[in-house]
Amino acid sequence: MEHFALWLSAFLTLGILSFLYKDNPWYKLSEAIFVGISAGFWFVTLFWDNLVGKFWDGWQDEPMLFVGASLGFLMLLRLVPRIGWISRWPLAFIVGATSGLWLMNYLASNIMVQVRATILPLFSTSYASGYDAGWGAIISSLVIVVGTFTGLVYFFFSKEHKGAFGGAARVGIFFIMITFGASFGYTVMSRMSLLIGRMDFLLGDWLGMIG
Amino acid sequence: MSTRSKELIVLGAITLFALIFYLGKVWGRGTFEFPTWLSAVVIAFIGLSLLWVLILTLKGQLIERRVVFIYVAFAVALPLFMSFSQKITISPEVYQLHEALMELPAGSKVLISFDYDPPSAPELQPMAESIIRVCFENDLKIIVMGLWPQGPQQANLALEKVFEDSTIRAKNLQYGRDYVNLGFQTGNEFVIQRMGSSFESMFSSDYEGTPYKEIPLVRNVRNFSNVDFSVNLSAGFPGTVEWVQIAVDRYGLLMGAGNTAVQAPVMYAYLNAGQLEGLLGGMSGAAEFEAVAEYRAKGTKFMLSQSFAHVVVIAFIIIGNVAFFRSGRKSKLKGN
Repeated sequence: MEHFALWLSAFLTLGILSFLYKDNPWYKLSEAIFVGISAGFWFVTLFWDNLVGKFWDGWQDEPMLFVGASLGFLMLLRLVPRIGWISRWPLAFIVGATSGLWLMNYLASNIMVQVRATILPLFSTSYASGYDAGWGAIISSLVIVVGTFTGLVYFFFSKEHKGAFGGAARVGIFFIMITFGASFGYTVMSRMSLLIGRMDFLLGDWLGMIG
Repeated sequence: MSTRSKELIVLGAITLFALIFYLGKVWGRGTFEFPTWLSAVVIAFIGLSLLWVLILTLKGQLIERRVVFIYVAFAVALPLFMSFSQKITISPEVYQLHEALMELPAGSKVLISFDYDPPSAPELQPMAESIIRVCFENDLKIIVMGLWPQGPQQANLALEKVFEDSTIRAKNLQYGRDYVNLGFQTGNEFVIQRMGSSFESMFSSDYEGTPYKEIPLVRNVRNFSNVDFSVNLSAGFPGTVEWVQIAVDRYGLLMGAGNTAVQAPVMYAYLNAGQLEGLLGGMSGAAEFEAVAEYRAKGTKFMLSQSFAHVVVIAFIIIGNVAFFRSGRKSKLKGN
């Protein structure tokens, strides 16, 4: 069984990689198996964990689960065109509840805390200390301040980007481009890691050529 | 010979190659490792061939895209056979996470959430193994959970790997007393929210079905206030962002994170704001943590392939730009 599993994994891995040569039936088969298994896996997981594990096993202790289950059922009414409009109610509930929850989370963690972290003393390590920051810390703080300010200027569209304002916006776009570049570099690293993982499987686990 | 015949011959050759090496593995053949001189020859050969591609490009002969794929494949595969490893420079955020774990007194409870699945394992599994190892070496107790269905299985694989080490086995660590796997819970960020008031409401039993109250390690763990530190290993949603927003900012949990490289740039904002107690970003983060923990494993080994691949990518960016400027497309784009 172990041998079969290894060969099947290798067959599917090579099938997916074969797309680099050209689109072919081997790739299509591997892709279809992957999509089908993923869909099946999620269906089974959500059925047993959500419907059975949470609702069916828990409604005696938490009758409120019926509210959620009812909303879920109403969502399925989209499939009946004559009364499909009812599905807008649970949708409205989901949009409202999710917006409210996420607004608070993002306001607190991604706005307030980040703004606080950007308001820096330029020449000190903290507001309580004297002028104790080294050159590295000063430059780092300046980069954060200038980057934040010019980045915000770039996204301010109520005034034409001309003169000093336009210059600041141009500096802002440099910061934004550097950010995109760093992000792209990390993405390349991540995708290479996936390839390395597959190579490690093919050459190590499957063929036993590397330790 | 038709193209189809050539394709079938290549496929047959690959199958034959695989069969020979697979049977060799089954019959106990050892692994291969390039001696240093051969590694140097391979590196020189790749470098010279890239130079040759550059010269061809300057002469106006463009290479096919599949040649680029072959170069990347070799750049990733060949370093896996090489015997030397590259120097790893440790970042402050990696030190910070290691220090945070080392400063915990023996017996402290560390919550590790495995929020990833096998596709992200090459980056996150080495992190998981070395973090668990550091925890066990320092007599910390580990509570494992997952917001992704396959997370707890990844945790079990990491635990198995760590227990292969005789020094860890010698500690005679027991499941339920020194570490526990609470399993997966559906509900994404709402699971974290509910754990803020009660762990048991989300994990009524562990991965093996043992009721929460019967597990000695977590019997007295009511919510985040009973956990000393946490580490989140994340590959997306739900992951570090949700843990920071709810567990860290709302409940005051101390947390370090290990992320896939795609996510890492976003997490640096949380790190700089003091919301994270250390960060491991991608495979390089895993390798750096292995270096600081003095435990050389797959993260370190894979970094050589990573670096080779990056060099090849950079080389082809240069070659691509040479081809672009040489072809005169720049002046055409300008409308000349």
